[in-house]
Amino acid sequence: MLSKRLIVCLDVRDGLLTKGVKFLDNQNLGDPVEAARRYYLEGADEIVFYDITASAEGRGIFLQVVEKVAEAIFIPFSVGGGLTSVSQMRDVLLAGAEKISVNSAAIKNPPLISQAAAAFGSQAVVLGLDARQVDSPGCPSGYEVVIHGGRAPTGRDAVAWAQEAEKLGAGEICLNSIDADGTQAGFELTLTNRIAQAVSIPVIASGGAGEPRHLWEALTIGEASAALVASIVHFRQYEIRAIKEYLRERGCPIRPVDSIAVLD
Amino acid sequence: MIAIIDYQAGNQTSVLRALKFLGVAAKVTDDPRDLRAASGLIFPGVGAAGQAMERLRRTGLDQEISALIQAGRPFLGICLGCQIMLEFSEENSTPTLGVLPGRTVRFDSHTLDADQRPIRVPHMGWNETRLVRPTSLWQGIEPRDQFYFVHSYYPAPQAELTLGVTEHGREFTSFFGREGLWAVQFHPEKSGRPGLRLLRNFYDYCQKAQNA
Repeated sequence: MLSKRLIVCLDVRDGLLTKGVKFLDNQNLGDPVEAARRYYLEGADEIVFYDITASAEGRGIFLQVVEKVAEAIFIPFSVGGGLTSVSQMRDVLLAGAEKISVNSAAIKNPPLISQAAAAFGSQAVVLGLDARQVDSPGCPSGYEVVIHGGRAPTGRDAVAWAQEAEKLGAGEICLNSIDADGTQAGFELTLTNRIAQAVSIPVIASGGAGEPRHLWEALTIGEASAALVASIVHFRQYEIRAIKEYLRERGCPIRPVDSIAVLD
Repeated sequence: MIAIIDYQAGNQTSVLRALKFLGVAAKVTDDPRDLRAASGLIFPGVGAAGQAMERLRRTGLDQEISALIQAGRPFLGICLGCQIMLEFSEENSTPTLGVLPGRTVRFDSHTLDADQRPIRVPHMGWNETRLVRPTSLWQGIEPRDQFYFVHSYYPAPQAELTLGVTEHGREFTSFFGREGLWAVQFHPEKSGRPGLRLLRNFYDYCQKAQNA
């Protein structure tokens, strides 16, 4: 049976992590390659990088980071943040990422999704969808798509946009609740479930992870295929192993951690 | 040297990186001379069957691959590469290489999973492959090990060729072939320790075959 995935998210600016990542030996790391490698060895099922670099120079540095990551870890990883063209996506995929994710650029230019799917296959195209709860006739689901990191409302219904993106060729949706993001109070389960029911492609729940129970909720009640974590593992509130054990004990199909120790 | 067959199919560099990590000499190439000189061939691939077959025919690599397999050169097909070793793919309704008997068919998204929900297609993520016939490629791989999958179509080879099976709504063949001619639906280059182990087993087999 297909396992539920635990995905670790790393934010990168100018080639460095925006927040340090602490490991068991209490080292504080700013190097995204080293952090990716440690999470790979600790049992993460996948890694997501968000490049929040603004400058062209920073982007060049980021591509070098992607190349180094591809040489250091042997699990899938995806890259998002500011990708607006098929040629930028190609650069990232050629550097070694499995998937790219598009967010604001796809709202502004939906054919970008179909162009990317035609060029690289749907399996390589993740739609990043930021949503917030609204009471508005334009958003019958009660959730609106927001862009630019949650700052700009779009007036678009989140469920309708998820379905449209699936039709356009997105292979997966990374769904981030702006309301829950940063609260560590749990994922937005109603939203997650609504989107997961509305599409047949996998949905990654994002925003709000504060403890292992929250992941269990997103993967069962929310019907997400994967859950994304950041601070709770970066600051060592929980180890990946402990989160996975918690999920496994409660009947969630999960890839065991010790199966990815280094090659004997 | 292991040759990774280059037909612009997407994941050849990932396979190369994994072999490099293992210290295995390997080359991504479409030059028939390299393919003939290699101790073993890896046939990777992501993307659509129709386009892939068109490229293979246009470059003549289809004939080259079939001839080398006939000659007994160790061979490992991965993902799309594994599917097009069979005779026909429902994806783009394409006749494929036909080096092994069988077809590639689409997952039915109306199939229910163990939790009674419709399965998601593509089958994307980590899953187990249960070995049904022993083979040297599986040495050191534990029953609880999982591999990374991403595909909407799955191989349905002649039953006797099945080496391993995976559950996604239904049981399907995720590993097939015979000694020296293997095909895996998952991505060993992206499957952590067990995937790297499988690639090293393939390399070890190639070395032995060359020295025999």
